[in-house]
Amino acid sequence: MFYREAGIFKTSYAADMAMLPVPSARWAAAGFAVLFVVVVPLICGEYALTILNLILLAVVGAIGLNILVGYTDQVSIGQGAFMSVGAYTGAHLITQLDAPFWIAVPAGGLMAALIGALVGIPSLRIKGLYLAIATLAAQLIVQWTINHVPFISGGSEATIQVPPPVFFGITLKSQVQMYLFLMFFVVLAMVAAQNLIRSRIGRAFIAIRDQDIAAEIIGIDIFRYKLLAFAISSFYAGVTGVLYTYYLGIANYEQFELDVSISFLAMVIIGGLGSTLGPIFGAAFITVLPIVTRLALNSVGGLFVAQADLASYVPSLRLAIFGGLIIFFLVVEPEGLNRLWRNIRTWFRTWPFSY
Amino acid sequence: MLHGTRKNLAILAGVIAGMWFVGTASAADQKEILIGAQCDRTGPTQITGTVFCPAVQDYVNLINSQGGVEGYKIRIDELDNGYQVPQAIEEYQRQKQQGAVSMLIWGTPQAEALDPKLEADHIPGTSPGFGAAAAANGAKYQYLFPIAATYWSQAGAAVQFVKDKLGGSLKGKKIAYLYYDNPAGLVPMPILTQLQQSEGFELRTFAVPPPGVEMGAQILDITQRYRADFVIMHVFGRAPAVAMKTLKQSGYPMSHVLGFVWASSEADIKAAGGFQMVQGYNTMQFAGVGDNYPVDQQIIEMYKKAGKAPPAEMQSSVYYNRGILDAALHIEAVRNALKLTGGKPPTGEDVKKGFEMIHDFTLGGLLPPLQVTPSDHEGGGWVQIFQVKGDGMVPETQWFRGYRDLVLATVNTAS
Repeated sequence: MFYREAGIFKTSYAADMAMLPVPSARWAAAGFAVLFVVVVPLICGEYALTILNLILLAVVGAIGLNILVGYTDQVSIGQGAFMSVGAYTGAHLITQLDAPFWIAVPAGGLMAALIGALVGIPSLRIKGLYLAIATLAAQLIVQWTINHVPFISGGSEATIQVPPPVFFGITLKSQVQMYLFLMFFVVLAMVAAQNLIRSRIGRAFIAIRDQDIAAEIIGIDIFRYKLLAFAISSFYAGVTGVLYTYYLGIANYEQFELDVSISFLAMVIIGGLGSTLGPIFGAAFITVLPIVTRLALNSVGGLFVAQADLASYVPSLRLAIFGGLIIFFLVVEPEGLNRLWRNIRTWFRTWPFSY
Repeated sequence: MLHGTRKNLAILAGVIAGMWFVGTASAADQKEILIGAQCDRTGPTQITGTVFCPAVQDYVNLINSQGGVEGYKIRIDELDNGYQVPQAIEEYQRQKQQGAVSMLIWGTPQAEALDPKLEADHIPGTSPGFGAAAAANGAKYQYLFPIAATYWSQAGAAVQFVKDKLGGSLKGKKIAYLYYDNPAGLVPMPILTQLQQSEGFELRTFAVPPPGVEMGAQILDITQRYRADFVIMHVFGRAPAVAMKTLKQSGYPMSHVLGFVWASSEADIKAAGGFQMVQGYNTMQFAGVGDNYPVDQQIIEMYKKAGKAPPAEMQSSVYYNRGILDAALHIEAVRNALKLTGGKPPTGEDVKKGFEMIHDFTLGGLLPPLQVTPSDHEGGGWVQIFQVKGDGMVPETQWFRGYRDLVLATVNTAS
């Protein structure tokens, strides 16, 4: 993040293994923590917090997908299906067994991990686009199953309503409370993912990504690690599903359809594959951009067309601009927003002597 | 490259700052009531939205051109959620922040997700022709108003209609239920299976998997193997046109086919090959069809005064009139609310009471004789069947309901 690493000498293994190796990084992390946990909830209104909450929800799912797509190079367009698995598992536990959130959230994740590992089996034989089609099948099978098994769908409209989470007797209802609740899981997800990637497992993932045959030759159990990547990624998706369920108050698979899977894939690609901050940038980009373009079109559009006709232009134009901006950013920096951010940092680090 | 990036960022920042300024500069009018509308002109339901949403705008403009409601101008804030629940939540918060006193909701999952929020914020919302059928129960879903026939009421009315068509008894008759294989497609099942037992007809279901653009196998099954006496179809999107076309090609009499409310628009019929192709097809409606209603004529008049041709969307009168229905009921609820408050700006709570005071507000027959009460937020569950005849649709029945007791009993046990 915001630091320069010159003049740092590590004298112990603990210092060498530290997640934030330099003091300025630790200060920056502490600063961000104070900003997002203390300052933002205090100064942001309900509407701004709603948008932030939607970003936080997307971040968890995007971090998970990044482990699979960015670090292990296994394409999946079934992320939405795993979210719905998590959502329904969580919803049933919450409504039928009164499970608290600290049981419902991991349970939803575990169930999704189980299904995800099953779906990952074809990845042992097929790669790339072929694997994408196999995960597409998973997406459709999961949707069909939920719709046709009343035990899962919970009856009418495949919708299960759930009460808000309770934290030590406090019912988390308002946007501020939900923000802090979601932030807790986002931090957990980020730290876990970061540590995973620095570990033996993470290095195995990266080896498989870079050249799977070579990885196998040096002794990495491809079967195990590919399935593990699917399971971990699906665990994140399942957790996201339960968090969505808590946030929206309902579990409904129609909000996790194919387009959601694809937009999550778009998040990790636009954010930057195989990077820590990438999924966060990507999730923020995909969530906020449609809102910002709509705001922009509604406020300046009146200068070009009559205010009355605006309503008929804005929705379609918004989609066109949204698509155009995705292309624009990918052309400017094919490696994603994370790389763009690093470029900006590098430029400032030598400023004003950039040559 | 880096300089370019920085410049781009600067431009972006400038644009955002500019928007902020323009956004804050447009201050709200004093005597104005804001209604929030979620209306999808993009996404999977755009076939409906591209007609429905302009109708909402037209009706609001008409009311404002007539001087508004009790001295208040109505402002409608239309947002498109692309059939996405998270976006619907964001838009709801935005409209709530701006002070909307009622909301037009778009889409079944969105209605379910917004229901607890409507209740917490005391803002009424409408979900005409979609949403949970159990929401008809106003005691449980206090701030959600289906205001049009739910899928359960539609199923009851459909069986009633088929019974009348087949000579007053369904004993031993074969009914085929062709449905879109999603949660909404399965909703009518409880009513259909209960009626199957009490009326003694044979019922077989035929699922059409999304996106429903190929159903040769199902139709062949219905017409050749099962040999249905009547086909009831509950399909969405492009599926109705495909179903009509395939049924017609297999030689099935279209007068023995009934479409639920989302398989009943002019657009579907045109996509199936035009009115001549599907003569006799029965469509179920929760708002009137055609532009002969006084309110449609007033809108045409309003356009004429502005020197413009009548809106092209009016050609698709099924969805156009449904847009008018949704907008008109909101405005009527606001009018009732203003009576309650004695002219003071109403709150969401007042508008909710306003909805529950809507009785026999029909706009010259475009709306059914609704009787919304605190316990019945569906307003009675009225539908009207229109049949394809010549180059249009003609009323086949009056506004009616079928098996109301059974529907109400199902609503009460569900909630």
